[in-house]
Amino acid sequence: MNALIVAGLLLVLLGVAYQSGWSRSRALATANGVKVHSRPQYHGSYVAIWAMIPALVILLLWAWLGGGFTRDYIVSQIPQETVLALDQAGLNATVGRIQAIASGYGVVGEVQPYEQAAGAALRSFQFLSFAIVLVLAAVAGGGALLYARSRINARLRARNAVERVVGVVLLVCSAVAILTTVGIVASLITEAIRFFTFIHPFDFFFGTVWAPNNAGTGGHYGSYGLLPLLSGTLMITAIAMLVAVPVGLMAAIYLSQYAPHQLRAVAKPIIEILAGIPTIVFGFFALVTVGPFLRDMGNFVGLSINATSALTAGVVMGIMIIPFVSSLSDDILNQVPRTLRDGAYGLGATQSETIRNVLLPAALPGIVGAFLLAVSRAIGETMIVVLAAGNAPVLRGNPFEPVATITVSIVNQLTGDTDFTGPQSLVGFALGLTLFVITLGLNIVALYIVRRFREQYE
Amino acid sequence: MDMVAGKIRTTQQSVDTAMNPLDALERPIRLTARDVTVHYGAKQALFGISIDIPDRAVTSFIGPSGCGKSTFLRCINRMNDTIEGAKVGGTIKLDGEDIYDPSLDVVELRARIGMVFQKPNPFPKSIYDNVAYGPRIHGLASSKADLDEIVVSSLRKAGLFEEVKDRLNEPGTGLSGGQQQRLCIARAIAVGPEVILMDEPCSALDPIATAVIEELIDELRENYTIVIVTHSMQQAARVSQKTAFFHLGNLIEEGPTEQIFTNPVNKQTQDYIMGRIG
Amino acid sequence: MATDTLSTVEASTERTRKIRASLRRRHLSEAIFRALGLAAIIVALGFVALLFIDVFRKGIPAFVQSNLHLSVTFSPEVIDVGPAPALADFPSQAEYQAASLAWQRQVAMLNWNQIIEASLREAAPEGFEIDSRQILSIPETNARHQVREMFVANPSLLGQTVNVDVLASANADNWIKGNINRDLGDAQQQLSPPARTLIDAFVDNGTITSGFAWSILTNVDSRSAPAAAGLLGAFVGTLYMMLIVIVLAVPIGVAAAIYLEEFAPKSRLTDLIEVNINNLAAVPSIVFGLLGAAVFINWMHLPISAPLVGGLVLTLMTLPTIIIATRGALLGVSPALRQAALGMGASKTQMVFHHVLPVTFPSILTATILGVAHALGETAPLLLIGMKAFVASVPATPLDQATALPVQIYLWQGNENRNFFEPRTAAAIMVLLAVMILLNGVAIYLRSRLEKRS
Repeated sequence: MNALIVAGLLLVLLGVAYQSGWSRSRALATANGVKVHSRPQYHGSYVAIWAMIPALVILLLWAWLGGGFTRDYIVSQIPQETVLALDQAGLNATVGRIQAIASGYGVVGEVQPYEQAAGAALRSFQFLSFAIVLVLAAVAGGGALLYARSRINARLRARNAVERVVGVVLLVCSAVAILTTVGIVASLITEAIRFFTFIHPFDFFFGTVWAPNNAGTGGHYGSYGLLPLLSGTLMITAIAMLVAVPVGLMAAIYLSQYAPHQLRAVAKPIIEILAGIPTIVFGFFALVTVGPFLRDMGNFVGLSINATSALTAGVVMGIMIIPFVSSLSDDILNQVPRTLRDGAYGLGATQSETIRNVLLPAALPGIVGAFLLAVSRAIGETMIVVLAAGNAPVLRGNPFEPVATITVSIVNQLTGDTDFTGPQSLVGFALGLTLFVITLGLNIVALYIVRRFREQYE
Repeated sequence: MDMVAGKIRTTQQSVDTAMNPLDALERPIRLTARDVTVHYGAKQALFGISIDIPDRAVTSFIGPSGCGKSTFLRCINRMNDTIEGAKVGGTIKLDGEDIYDPSLDVVELRARIGMVFQKPNPFPKSIYDNVAYGPRIHGLASSKADLDEIVVSSLRKAGLFEEVKDRLNEPGTGLSGGQQQRLCIARAIAVGPEVILMDEPCSALDPIATAVIEELIDELRENYTIVIVTHSMQQAARVSQKTAFFHLGNLIEEGPTEQIFTNPVNKQTQDYIMGRIG
Repeated sequence: MATDTLSTVEASTERTRKIRASLRRRHLSEAIFRALGLAAIIVALGFVALLFIDVFRKGIPAFVQSNLHLSVTFSPEVIDVGPAPALADFPSQAEYQAASLAWQRQVAMLNWNQIIEASLREAAPEGFEIDSRQILSIPETNARHQVREMFVANPSLLGQTVNVDVLASANADNWIKGNINRDLGDAQQQLSPPARTLIDAFVDNGTITSGFAWSILTNVDSRSAPAAAGLLGAFVGTLYMMLIVIVLAVPIGVAAAIYLEEFAPKSRLTDLIEVNINNLAAVPSIVFGLLGAAVFINWMHLPISAPLVGGLVLTLMTLPTIIIATRGALLGVSPALRQAALGMGASKTQMVFHHVLPVTFPSILTATILGVAHALGETAPLLLIGMKAFVASVPATPLDQATALPVQIYLWQGNENRNFFEPRTAAAIMVLLAVMILLNGVAIYLRSRLEKRS
C-alpha cells in the first residue's frame, strides 16, 4: 500500500515536472520567435530529471535508515525494566509482537498492556513518519522543479544536459557487467581465503580424502582434499567427450558436406532443441532411464555397473553437449575456404578423402578450440551429476562406480546452513574458485585459438 | 589490329605459331563439346557451347567478366557437380568417351583432367605432401622411392624444384604467390593428367611471376593438352594456339589465335579485341 | 620418337591400371564414411526422440488422478464447538480477531478424521472389516483439512450432509494405477490388505473415479499430502524471477552494449571489457550461485530463497548473453543508416536511439526471449541461494520464500515415494518443457514476423 503511494507520488512529480518544463519551453519558443536551442521534450526531461533526483534521494535514505529509526522508536516505548530483563532474542521477539499488533494481525498468547500501548503508539509513529517523508520528498522535488524551471531559456542547452545524463546512465549500466566479474572474483577469493585459514591450501589442493565433518561436532573439521573431486570431474568429462565429439563432429560433417538441403533444414533445428533442454531434465533422464539401463546391460554382459555412476552421468552429459560440439564444428568447417576443397576435388579426391585429408587438418585449430570449450562446459555442469553420478568422493578409477565432482560438492556443502562461518560451507567457495579458474583458463585458451584460426582465413 | 599483333610475344615458338596458324588446327582433337548448357537453379549460364580442343596445344577462353568461360571450363572436369543446384546439359567427350556417362567414375576423370585455380590454393601441408597428395590417394606409387621420384619430376616439370629442393618439408603456404601457383601446377601434374585446365592462373600474381608461369605453360604444352581461361587478351595472344571468345554465356567465335586477334570474323569479337566491350 | 611414344603409352596404361585398382577401395571407404555421418545424425536425433518419449511415457499417466466422491455428514456429535464469533459482539477489531482465532483453534482440534471415516464407511460395502487407521489411508491426509475449511467458511453446514470430492492418497493412487506391483507381498506393499481390497471395491462401485489431475497445476507443494502436491508455488516463483530478469537484464544489457559499442572510446580497456563479457558468458552457472550466496544473502542480507534474489542471480547470468546479442545486432546496422542520421543533424544519442536501436529491435527481442528461456531452466544457482527447502505456499511478493519450476522438479525427484513422485516429476518436466517450447516458439515467430516487416 505504501509502495503504491510512493510510486504515485513519484509519477505525479515526474509528470508535473515534465509538463511544466515542456510548456515553459513552448511558451518561450512561440513568444519571442527566438530560436530555442533544444526541443520542448528535452526541457521537459531536463526539469523532470532535476525534480526526481532529490525526491529519490530522500526516499532511498528513508528506505535505508528508516528501519533502524522505527526499531529504536519501538524500543523506546517499552518500559525500561522490561528492556533490561530481556536478552537479544527476547527483545527481537517483543519488537515483532508490537509490530504485529500495530498492523492488526493477532499475536499468540496474552497481550501485555505495554505491548498494546506501544502498538498504538507505533501506528501513529508510522503514519506520521511516512507523511513527513512524503512531504519532504515532495517539497524537495518541487523545489528542484522550480529551480530547474527557472533556468529554462532559449540558450539553455537542455538537450546536451539530458544526453549527458543518458550517457552517464549507459556508462553505469556497462559498469554492472564489469562489477559482476569483479564481484565473482572478489567474493570467491575472500571466502576462499577465509577457508584457507581453517585448512591449509596444500591439504586442499593435494589432499586425497574428501570427508567433511558436516555435523560440526567433535572439534575436527574433516578432510577437504580436492583430488577425489577432480578425478570424478575429469572422468565424467572424458566419458562425455567420448560421446559428444565423435557424434557431434560427424554430424556436423554430414550436415555441412553431404546432407541434402531438406535434411539439413530439418535435422539442424531438432539437434538445437537438445541444446535448449534444461539440464535438470537430462538429470532426471539419466537417473530414471539411462542408469538402470546401463546397470541391466552391465548385468547382461557380466559387468557390475552401478545405476548412478560416472558412466551414467558421463553418457548423458555427452548427449547434452552434442549440439554444442556440432554447431561449433559446423561454424569452423564453413570457415575453411572453398578453394581448398576445390583443389582436392580437382585432383580427383573423393569427398571423404577431401574431408579427412584437407578439410579437417585445415580446420584443426578451430576444432581444438571447440573441443576445449566443450570440455569447459562439461566441467561446469551440475544438475546431471547431482542426480546421476551418485555421491562418492573417493579417489578411484572405476567409471562404473559412483563419483563426486567439484560442482556436486559445492551444492552439497552449501545447501546446509548458509552462515559461512565454518570450513564446511566455506569450502564451497574454494571449490568455486578452483572451478572458475579452470573454466576461465580453458575458455581463454579456446577463444584465443579460435580467433587465430578465423584470422588465418580472412 | 596492328597494336594487337605487335603485342604478340616474339619468341621463337610464338613466331612459329604465328607463322603457321594452321599448324594448331591439324593436331588431333582431344576434347569435343557439343551443345553444352549450364543452369544454376532457374538461371541459365551457358547457351549451347560447341567446340573442339586440340591435343597438346594451348587453347584459351577469353571474354568479359561473367561471360561463362570459367563455367564452361569447370564442365570439362565436372567440377560443376560439386555445386548444389547446378545442371549441365549437352555432351563433352574425352577421346571419344562421354565424360557425363553415369558409368564413368568422376574420380578417375579428374585424375585425367587436372585443374589449376585462380588463387593459388596449396594445402596446409608440406611442399612434398602437397605434390604427393594426388599420387597417394590414387595409389600411383608403390613405394616411397616411387613417390619421391614422382614428386621430384613433377616439381621439375613445374620449374620449381631448384628453388625448393632443400625445403621440401616446409609448408606449401610459406612460398611466394608465384611459387605457390607453380606448386599447384606440380601438384596437378603429379597425378599424370592428359589435360590441364587453368582458370585465370595468373590473375593473382605479379608480372614477373606471370611471365614465369607463361613460359612454363609453353613448355608444358609439349606433353599436355592445356585449356586456359584468361581475362588478359595479351596473355591469350602470347601463350595459346587456339582461342575461343565467349560473351554472355555464348561462344561467339573460335579459331587459331592469330586469326582471332588479327582478323576476327564476328563484330562482337572485334569490339572486344578493340576494347570497346568488356 | 616411336619408342618414346610407346613407353609413354605404356606408362599411361600402367597409370590407368593403378588408378582403377584403387577405385573400389576408395569408393568403399567413402561409403563407410558417409554412413558414419548419417549414423551420427540418426544417433543424435534418436537421443532427442528417446528423451521426449521417455518423459512423455512417464509423465502422461501422472496427469490422471484418482478422486473419492464422498457424502460427508457434519455431525454435531463430533463437531462439538460453540457458534462462530461475530464482529458485532466485540468492542474492538483486535479482540474479535483473537476470539476468532481461538474458535478456529478449537475447530482444528476436533476429530475431523472421524467425519471422514464415517463417510468412507458409508460408501464401503455392507459389513466390510477394516480398522480406522487402515481406512484413513485411502483418502489423502488433506481431506480432513478440506472439510474443516468448508465448515469454517460456512458454519451453517453443521448437521448437514453434502457431497465432497477428495483426492485419493498417493499410495492409493499408486495401487489403482498399477504403479506398484500388485504381485508383491504384503511386506512390500504400501497399503494394508483390507485397504487395498476396499480401494478395488470403491473403484468398482464408482466411489473412486479418475480425473484430470488439476492439482498438479493449481496446488502448492505439499509434504503431508503428496497426492495434492502441485506446481503453483513454483510457477509464481518462476514468474517473479522471469519478470525481474526481463525488467533488469534487458535495459541494463542493452544500455551496456550501446555504451560499449557506440560511445566508449576504442581502447585497451574496452577490448578488455569485451573479452571479459565473452568469458562471463561461459562461466558455469553454479559460480553465479556462489556469487549470489556471498553477496546477496551474506553481505546484503536479502531474504533467503526469495524470487528477488533468484531473479538477481539469473539477471547477472543472462546479462552477458544480451550484451553480446545486442552488440552483434548493433554491428549489423549499416553505416549508411548512421551516416544518414548524422547527416541530418542528429546528435549521436539521437542517432542511436531514434534510428539504430529500432532496427535492432527484433534481434534484441529474440535474444531476450531465448536468454530468459535458458535462465528459466537453471537449477544449480537457485539451490545455492537457499531454494532447496520445501515451500508450501504461493509467494505473495518477490521477497517471500519461494521455489522455482526446475527446483521443484529437483525436490520432487528426491521424494521417497518413488512410485508416486517419479511420474509426477515427469509431468512437471513436461510442464517445464512446454513453457520453454512456448517461449522458443514465440521467439521464432516474432523474429520471422518482425524480419518480414523490415
